[in-house]
Amino acid sequence: MPTILEMRDITKEFPGVKALDRVNLSVERGEIHALVGENGAGKSTLMKVLSGVYPHGSYEGEIVFDGAPQSFRTIRDSEAVGIAIIHQELALVPLLSVAENIFLGNERASGGIIDWRETEARAAELLERVGLKENPKTPVGDLGLGKQQLVEIAKALSKDVRLLILDEPTSSLNEQDSEKLLALLTEFRRQGVTSILISHKLNEISRVADTITVLRDGSTVARLDCKDGISEDDIIRDMVGRSLDDRYPPRDPEISDQVALEVANWTVHHPIDAERIVVRDVSFHVKKGEVVGIAGLMGAGRTELAMSLFGRSYGRDISGSAKINGQPADLSSVRSAINAGLAYATEDRKTYGLVLDDTIRRNISMAKLDAVADGIVLNRARETEVAERYRKRLNIKSSSIEQETVNLSGGNQQKVVLSKWLFADPDILILDEPTRGIDVGAKFEIYTVIRDLAKQGKAIVVISSEMPELLGITDRLYVMNEGRFVGEMPTDEASQEKIMARIIKSGEPAT
Amino acid sequence: MSDTTERGIEADAPAGEQAKASWRFLKGHLREYGILFALIAIMAFFQVATGGILLRPVNLTNLILQNSYIIIMAVGMLLVIVAGHIDLSVGSVLGFIGALAAVMIVNWDMHYLLAGILCLAAGALIGAAQGFWVAYFRIPSFIVTLAGMLVFKGLTLWLLAGQSVGPFPREFQLISSGFIADPFGMDGFNLLSLLIGIGVATILAGLAIRNRQAQARTGAPSEPFAFFAAKTALIFFGIIWMSWLMADFRGLPNVFIVMALLIAVYSFITSRTTIGRRIYAIGGNEKAASLSGINAQRLTFLTFANMGMLAALAGLVFAARLNTATPKAGATFELDVIAAVFIGGASMAGGVGTVVGAVIGAFIMGVMNNGMSILGIGIDYQQVIKGLVLLAAVIFDVMNKKKG
Repeated sequence: MPTILEMRDITKEFPGVKALDRVNLSVERGEIHALVGENGAGKSTLMKVLSGVYPHGSYEGEIVFDGAPQSFRTIRDSEAVGIAIIHQELALVPLLSVAENIFLGNERASGGIIDWRETEARAAELLERVGLKENPKTPVGDLGLGKQQLVEIAKALSKDVRLLILDEPTSSLNEQDSEKLLALLTEFRRQGVTSILISHKLNEISRVADTITVLRDGSTVARLDCKDGISEDDIIRDMVGRSLDDRYPPRDPEISDQVALEVANWTVHHPIDAERIVVRDVSFHVKKGEVVGIAGLMGAGRTELAMSLFGRSYGRDISGSAKINGQPADLSSVRSAINAGLAYATEDRKTYGLVLDDTIRRNISMAKLDAVADGIVLNRARETEVAERYRKRLNIKSSSIEQETVNLSGGNQQKVVLSKWLFADPDILILDEPTRGIDVGAKFEIYTVIRDLAKQGKAIVVISSEMPELLGITDRLYVMNEGRFVGEMPTDEASQEKIMARIIKSGEPAT
Repeated sequence: MSDTTERGIEADAPAGEQAKASWRFLKGHLREYGILFALIAIMAFFQVATGGILLRPVNLTNLILQNSYIIIMAVGMLLVIVAGHIDLSVGSVLGFIGALAAVMIVNWDMHYLLAGILCLAAGALIGAAQGFWVAYFRIPSFIVTLAGMLVFKGLTLWLLAGQSVGPFPREFQLISSGFIADPFGMDGFNLLSLLIGIGVATILAGLAIRNRQAQARTGAPSEPFAFFAAKTALIFFGIIWMSWLMADFRGLPNVFIVMALLIAVYSFITSRTTIGRRIYAIGGNEKAASLSGINAQRLTFLTFANMGMLAALAGLVFAARLNTATPKAGATFELDVIAAVFIGGASMAGGVGTVVGAVIGAFIMGVMNNGMSILGIGIDYQQVIKGLVLLAAVIFDVMNKKKG
């Protein structure tokens, strides 16, 4: 197959850091090329060089696309030759319709007057191509994330894309939507569209990719041909530069008989649409020293369950009872929930977890400010000491505790969120998607923290859409689907198939 | 981050290194100190351009009296803006409270102290009423306080029946036209004022040194030693010089003492207490703050109540200064107050800004008003220049943040 893209000896320096050091990337026409590496390995920087975000001249090396050397100065230049990037954070306008979004900046118009008939007809064609059965007039905000992703792809296709770059496309999708997206990529391959797939989900990559380029610390360390039969462990070894014998820390639970959290008949209604029941009659418990997982597809109501427990931060007409350490617990506000010994680390750390413009120190002390104050007067020395302690304990990579969290990588941001809740010293810790968008090395560190906490006698609830993760770190599992708990099993007896079976079975007969 | 390199430069480092480290530190922290240098530069410019009139004791005193009500409100506005909101009603509230005071004191013969307390309570109540809708019903503060602006402008007219009401009794006027008494009885020189100045300067320097020592114990201090020494000395002698100038006229104005206390108390609250920290957290990310157990609604509510009370205080000061309540009092003051806070480095998005910055911002506006008036520049040009300065200050802030 001929080469469509060749990036040679790309070196990109920022003041004080060499982000890319003579990186090579060679992509063949019509293949799915995976680009993997830990956070900070240089994947995004490389793609920004390719798309013209960093203009020609601000880096060294050359880019050859379609046989011709290219010097992109802006994103428009790279789009003009048919390179399209779909970012992790989607660039859609929620209030505009699907069709309007697809042709945004590229309107079907003559003389500034939009031809709505053509717009909608063309949009319908494109939607069919990406397999999205939606009316082009639907506002994008009404669609789920998976569908929005497809709209983005349709938008790229509308510009006659020749090289499609997807940055973590499945990180916020549920299993079904991820499947669909991967199938679509395979379909594109058949049609001759080349794609570059950036992802942390190695199982997906080893399934669909033809070639894998591995970056580590700003250099190309391997180019793997998937025809040779690549295993996930091979990829990990190249990514982290050492073999991770085990992706999960050892699990030798010391579960006490004492129940830390017991929830009975918990029911939550949708905050706006009060008729809709989001969590239905859920009962569960966690013992001290136990790590309990809640498995389920996205939209199953897991986050809603956790947030409704945590100071009624979600929903209305909440009913049911919650006991902490055998005593009825007051969970009526976040403050009282924290005081009762509950903590909830959100799935969306940027929106709900961190004050991004604040320093590591200020974020860590936020949930228990009184502990670093005398009365209402802050004790700066004590606060600094606390922040330093957690920075060391969780290995938060940063220049100092005075660094703003916005500049940290995803893994380190997550560690700051965890530090905040560890400092609040809860008895029960609910972790919602604790490793989303985090690289393999940082994941292992977070798993280790979770197991350590259990060993100290904390009760831990992990909500995760990655089943291998749940199977790797929990002691017991609940399966949730459509707002109900539909299964419970010890992790030792669980498997991905069993969990899926419970979900599918529960969905069949409508109750 | 490049600004970590100067850490660890201590007193024993050679002078050349000190100077370089200080320069680098300054470049890294332009956002924080730039505004102070801008004020000093603007004062120096007008001092020269007006042939020394700007810093004459009588003019300096006047400058402070003229801007006192803006500064008092800027302190409250800073909290509102840091929390991520805005209050457009403060000018109208100032006028309304002035009118209320006039009606109570002049028309009803109420004792001025009781009237003052009732006015402050009324201000707090007005702020609370607006904060209630903003905090608990999530009505945008811009709209709530825009409504408040119209309502209280109208109520002022109604209360005064379109007339000016005055004059106030002498004791009431003293709030803004009085000076602290001098027990030493020196002729033409208020020694107590100078002593207070020296005392405050010494306390501030002492606190700064103690703070630096505490920093040295827990980790490397962030400022290079030479920079710290220069800054502390500048503030120390600056305050003593200012109080010398004012002592040479009639001493420290009463309202100056009120202002200084407010600045000190609110500076402390914002930078050193849990309440202040929580307000910054709400402005930075309200959702994250709420999910960390911070009662965002109550704090937002209190922030507005506090703003209302300070606007009432400013209303009393303004009425006392004019010695009459007029239906037009306070018009467009809210714009000066908001401009001062933004010039002082606060962010429209919330979560950023300092009390001292807002006060410096107010003084920049005040010095320019005063300086340009002395130079005889027309009110038309003055407006244009002030507008451009506000724009430039915020552009500088944004560019500097992008670079950093």
